Amino acid sequence: MRHVISLLIENESGALSRVSGLFSARGYNIESLTVAPTEDASMSRMTIVTTGSDDIIEQITKQLNKLVEVVKVVDISEAAHIERELMLVKVRATGKDREEIKRTADIFRARIIDVTDASYVVELTGNQGKLDAFLGAIEPALILETVRSGVCGVGRGDRVLKL
Amino acid sequence: MVLTGAEIVIRCLQEEKVEYVFGYPGGAVLYIYDALFQQEAVRHVLVRHEQAAVHAADGYARSTERVGVALVTSGPGATNAVTGIATAFCDSIPLVVISGQVPTAAIGQDAFQEVDTVGITRPCVKHNFLVKDVRDIASTIKKAFYLAKTGRPGPVLVDIPKDVSMHKCEFEYPKEISMRSYNPVVKGHSGQIKKAVQLLLEAKRPMIYTGGGVVLSNAAEQLTRLTRLLGYPITNTLMGLGGYPASDRQYLGMPGMHGTYEANMSMHYSDVLLAVGARFDDRVIGLPSHFAEEPRKIIHIDIDPSSISKRVKVDVPIVGDVKEVLEEMIRQLESGEARPNPEALAAWWKQVEEWRGRNCMVYKNSDEIIKPQFVVQKLWEVTGGEAIVTSDVGQHQMWAAQYYRFDKPRRWLNSGGLGTMGVGMPYAMGAKLANPDMPVACITGEASIQMNIQELSTCKQFRLPIKICNLNNRYLGMVRQWQQLFHGQRYSESYMDSLPDFAKLAESYGHVGIRVDKPGDVEGAIREAFTTHKNELVFLDFQVDQTENVYPMVQGGKGLTEMILSAEDL
Repeated sequence: MRHVISLLIENESGALSRVSGLFSARGYNIESLTVAPTEDASMSRMTIVTTGSDDIIEQITKQLNKLVEVVKVVDISEAAHIERELMLVKVRATGKDREEIKRTADIFRARIIDVTDASYVVELTGNQGKLDAFLGAIEPALILETVRSGVCGVGRGDRVLKL
Repeated sequence: MVLTGAEIVIRCLQEEKVEYVFGYPGGAVLYIYDALFQQEAVRHVLVRHEQAAVHAADGYARSTERVGVALVTSGPGATNAVTGIATAFCDSIPLVVISGQVPTAAIGQDAFQEVDTVGITRPCVKHNFLVKDVRDIASTIKKAFYLAKTGRPGPVLVDIPKDVSMHKCEFEYPKEISMRSYNPVVKGHSGQIKKAVQLLLEAKRPMIYTGGGVVLSNAAEQLTRLTRLLGYPITNTLMGLGGYPASDRQYLGMPGMHGTYEANMSMHYSDVLLAVGARFDDRVIGLPSHFAEEPRKIIHIDIDPSSISKRVKVDVPIVGDVKEVLEEMIRQLESGEARPNPEALAAWWKQVEEWRGRNCMVYKNSDEIIKPQFVVQKLWEVTGGEAIVTSDVGQHQMWAAQYYRFDKPRRWLNSGGLGTMGVGMPYAMGAKLANPDMPVACITGEASIQMNIQELSTCKQFRLPIKICNLNNRYLGMVRQWQQLFHGQRYSESYMDSLPDFAKLAESYGHVGIRVDKPGDVEGAIREAFTTHKNELVFLDFQVDQTENVYPMVQGGKGLTEMILSAEDL
C-alpha cells in the first residue's frame, strides 16, 4: 500500500540524512521525499511517499518518531488529505508541435513559463496521476527534460500537523 | 567565567560527576587532554586502542547505573571507536563518546586525520552532534548525557573540531534540558496495564520472558516481586541474566538458540506470554512463523515503541519504563482480590517440571580432559556466584551464560546484540574500576582475547586485578561447531595455529600466568587466582576439549522447539 507520511523535524544539518539513512538501513522504500522549512524557520516539514504492508508502515512511523530530531509524525494518507506535486517539463516546440503543446497545456491547466523559438517550459501542478497523464499526452520524443518536486500533502479540514 | 572549549568539556564532565574517561590522545584532542591534565576530579584511563576505550566505558556503564565516557581523536581514533559504539548501541548502553575533529576551516578539505565522524557513526548512535561553536559545547554535552541515559538508553557522540576546543566563551552548565522533539514515555498506560494484569490472572499456561530492559531499568527487584506474587515460570534472555535470581525454583534458565529445553518449551506452549524489556530477537524465538503457530496472547512492556510488534504481533502493548510499569502491575495485583487459578497453574508447573526433568544442561565430564562447562561451574563455585563476569563472543560466551548462575543484575556483561569479539577484557577493566571491591572475571577464548590482547598493558598500568579465564580450544569454537553441523565438517579457517603461550605473554606484561591442562587442577588454579593473587591480574589458560559443542541448540531458521539437546541427537 502507498502511504504519505508527513513529519516535522528540527531544521538542523544532518537531519535529512538521518531520515534517508533510516530508510536505506532498514530497507524501506522511498518513492519521493520533499523537505523545506516551515513558517517557523527552526523546523522543516517533510513529506515522504512510501509503500509497504501495514506492519512495515507501522515500523516506519515508529522508527521515524524515534529519531531524536523528529518532532511529530503523521501518516496523512490514513484519512482525507490533499496531495500536490509540481512538475516542470521542457519540450521541443517547433512547427505544428508548438500549437499542439499549447493546447494540451491548456487542457491540463498547465502554464507555459518559458518560451524560446524552439522550446517551452511547461509548469503543471496536481496529484501524481494528473502529472503522469500530462506526460502521457505529449509525444515522448518532444520531452527534453522532466523535473518533478515530489509529493507534498496536507490533511483536510481539522487535521493539522503542528507543534 | 571565561574558559576555553577544552576546559568547558572537562567542566561539563565534572558537572556530570564523571569518575573515569577512557581514551587515547591525538592531534585533534590535544587541548582537551591539556585541560584534563590540569585537574584531578575526572580521571583518565589510557587504553592501548580506541576500540577498547569505548568497550571499557561500556563495561563501566553496564556494571553500574551510570553513563560511560570515552574520548578519542579524529580520523582513525574515531573509526577505531566505531565497533565499540555499535556494540553499545545494539545493547542500549548509555555512553557519551567525545571525538576530536579537524579544525572547522579544514572540514571537507580531506585534511590529515579527517573523517566524517558524524556521518560514519550516524547509524549506530542514539544521536550525535558536531559542535561548530564554542558557545554550544556545554548545552550539547548536557543534551548528550540526557539522551544517553533517558528513554531507551544508547551511545551519543559529540564531535568537537580542534579550533572549537581552543576558542573561549563564558561557561555556564545548564541545570535542566528540554527538547521539544524528544520526550520519552516513562509511565505506562494504566488501562493497558489493567488489561495485562487481567490477562495474566486468566492464564492457564503463563510464562514470563524478560530481557536487558529489566537490567537497564534497574527493575530486578520489581520483576522478582511480581514473578513471586504470580508464581509463574520465568526465563531471562542472554541480555537479561540476573534480572531474576537464577538459583530460584521459578527460573527456567535462558531461552533461545542455546537456551534450556524447559525455557523454550514453556515459551512456545504458553497461552499468555509476558515479555518485559525484551525484543523477540532471532536468537531467542527462532523462526517467527514457527513461533506464531501456537496461539498465545502476548503482553509486551518496552520503553521503545518500535520494539513492540516488530517481529511478533503483540496483543497488549505497554510503552513505558519497565520499572514503573512493573510497580503499577504489582500495585494493581496487590490491591485486587483476584489471584491466579491454582489448579491450572499446578497442571502447568507439572508440565514444566517434566520438561525440566530432561536435564538438558548435563554434559559428559571427563577426568582426562578439561570440559569448558566444568571450568565455568568451578568459577561459579569458587566465587560463590558473587563475581562480575564478562565474556567475549562464541562458545565460551554461551557456556558462561549457561553455567554461571547469576542471581543479581549487572553481574553479567557481554555483547549480546552485535556479538563483538574482543569486548571481554575491556568490559572487565571498566567493571573493575567501577566496582573495585568486587571480583571480576573475564571468560574468554583464545581467539576473542587476541582481539584486544593489548589491553594487558592498560591493566598493568592501572593495576586492574581481573581474572581472565581463557577456555583455550585452539579453534574458533562456534564457527567450528557450525561447520561440523551444517558445512560437512569442512573446517574452513576455524583453526588457529601459532598461538602464543598465554601464561608467558601475561607474565611479560608483569601479570601472573597459569596454564592448566588437567581437570583436577582447575579448581586449585581458580582458587589461587582469587586468593593468592587476589591483587594481581591472573591469566588462566585452560586447555579445554577441542571438540566440545554448545547444547542445547536451535539451528538458525528452525523453530524454537526443534532443539538438538546433545551430540546424541545429531
